[in-house]
Amino acid sequence: MLEFKLPSIGSDMDEGKLLEWKIKPGDRVKKGQVVAIVDTSKAAVDVEIWFDGMVHELLIEPGETIPVGTVLATLLAPGEKAGAPPAGRRKVSPAARKHAEALGIDVDSLVGRGPGGAVTLADVDAAAAQRSPAKPAAVSDRQAEMRKAIAAAMSRSKREIPHYYLSEAIAMERAQAWLSEANAGRPITGRLLMAALQLKAVALALKKYPEMNGFFRDGAFQPVAAAHIGVAISMRQGGLIAPAIHDVGEKSLDEVMRDLADLVKRARAGSLKSSEMSDPTITVTNLGEQGVEAVYGVIYPPQVALVGFGRIAPRPWVDAVGGLCVAPVLTASLAADHRVSDGHRGALFLAELRDWLQQPEKL
Amino acid sequence: MKISYREAMRQAMHEALAGDPRVFLMGEDVGKYGGTYAVSKGFIEEFGPERIRDTPLSELGFVGAGIGAALGGMRPIVEVMTVNFSLLALDQIVNTAAVLRHMSGGQFSVPLVVRMATGAGRQLAAQHSHSLENWYAHIPGIRVLAPATIGDARGMLAPALADPDPVIIFEHAQLYNLEGELADDWQCDIAHAAVRREGSQVSVFAYGGCLPKAMQAAAELADAGIDAEVVDLRVLRPLDTETIAASVRKTHRAVVVDEGWKSGSLAAEVVARIVEDCFYDLDAPPVRVCSAEVPIPYARHMEEAALPQPAKIVAAVKELLNA
Repeated sequence: MLEFKLPSIGSDMDEGKLLEWKIKPGDRVKKGQVVAIVDTSKAAVDVEIWFDGMVHELLIEPGETIPVGTVLATLLAPGEKAGAPPAGRRKVSPAARKHAEALGIDVDSLVGRGPGGAVTLADVDAAAAQRSPAKPAAVSDRQAEMRKAIAAAMSRSKREIPHYYLSEAIAMERAQAWLSEANAGRPITGRLLMAALQLKAVALALKKYPEMNGFFRDGAFQPVAAAHIGVAISMRQGGLIAPAIHDVGEKSLDEVMRDLADLVKRARAGSLKSSEMSDPTITVTNLGEQGVEAVYGVIYPPQVALVGFGRIAPRPWVDAVGGLCVAPVLTASLAADHRVSDGHRGALFLAELRDWLQQPEKL
Repeated sequence: MKISYREAMRQAMHEALAGDPRVFLMGEDVGKYGGTYAVSKGFIEEFGPERIRDTPLSELGFVGAGIGAALGGMRPIVEVMTVNFSLLALDQIVNTAAVLRHMSGGQFSVPLVVRMATGAGRQLAAQHSHSLENWYAHIPGIRVLAPATIGDARGMLAPALADPDPVIIFEHAQLYNLEGELADDWQCDIAHAAVRREGSQVSVFAYGGCLPKAMQAAAELADAGIDAEVVDLRVLRPLDTETIAASVRKTHRAVVVDEGWKSGSLAAEVVARIVEDCFYDLDAPPVRVCSAEVPIPYARHMEEAALPQPAKIVAAVKELLNA
């Protein structure tokens, strides 16, 4: 029997509210399939299962708030037979059955937490409490919750992570020229944004400097081979969220662009997947649109680095042959965890990033 | 005033002997020896050998004599040393005392009180450690009492003597040295069970020697955050089903503690009534904590293991509550 537990969707999450099951007992599920929607403090997230199997029993009712790690459902592994055949009747205490009937609650819909999994009065009362005036999660609540979550994560970051900051001005003439040309032949919906190039460049630079990519956990750095880049997305009602685009380094610019557009749309619609929320290995934030020149970010723990991009603006620039000119320039910054890497490596990483942006055709 | 259970019982008998010339005490070693459990110490000097009568070692004989005296208008208190020896008097108790009113069409009644010690826990081995209260509680025509507190030891005898039909009083041998306050209002009835400790999460039913164990268990459970009610059955026949049911309706869970063996035990009867009367109030199956189904061992550690103990009661309650 396999246990499907509530995953931690982001390091700052310690509980979640089950909003909806997408599966029912008897369903076959595949690894990666969305099986439930869980409300975290930040967003309603589509939770994916991480193994194949057949749903045996759903243990948690929609509407319940449960801590991370709670078993949500049991599943039979492929080929596994249900152990003891369900012994006829479910265990429901007589008092619970009577009470449920009086309240009009279907005992078969309840999860038993009494001895031997029996449904008891307490289970009926809990269900009744859930059902009665379920306070709608008001938007202001959600915002307050998100604020609290951000506060907790960022406080932890600044408390625990010794940040160091580096920045580099990068000429973007070539990248812009390449982008204009590439987009010229595309329909509007298929056009690339500079953000896609930036993300891809970051991913490629990470290949050479893996100490920027991964997690710092239990006193040690755990590098991750793939670049799952968390993209900081501002929410319209305030707050932000940084879900991941997976394996950016292995994707084409078109794929990265498509994923990025999809992610922004879904983040704002509130239908992110649990894996997108839980496994970014580095975060990229881009405040260029808002007009700032540079951004020095706060690392999202347990990640160990954050790359910030400011706006691309025309500036005086010294070209390759020493002549003064006006060129579009981008300030890229790196906030990195000094426990994992040193400024020297950080500088090399930024230089690598700069170099990639000089050869957009290779991205 | 703080007194022992033994002293409370002695006071009750003294009061009865002093207050009613029809009352006399009869049994093995009740006179010169002062009673095997020293309950009638000094009585023979005070009331004389006519009213404090030492008998031969024949339970069948002297219980029968007691029945005859009761039929003849006396109010005998017959002390059978222990329940173990009362088996020799079963014919008189079950076949005569309990049924004479019926057999005589209501012409005769048998206002007899039989007292006997009961129970294990003192390393007296298998022949002298029985807990057979339920045998007597099975029989229509007799009332069976199990005083488990100082107050009941003091208060139960008077209404038992006033009862026109036979009454058997079981005194658990381990209770005699129990000490406690005798409340001013010790007078009591012999009809009702008593809630000895109020609680909300589980009802623990016990009687006789198991009551102090149940109270101790409840105290330990309270430390663990579990609010247990303790109900002293007191009257084993007729059982006070109303009080039992009211408690279960409140707590929805029942643990019945009984020093008798589980099969055919008094606990079985209590559980049956709970299920009959409170089925739809039960939030968990009723549980029994009884003696192990073996002859009671002599060795102390084995005897302790065979009997209900506070730790077993605590464990049973916790399992019931999934705690």
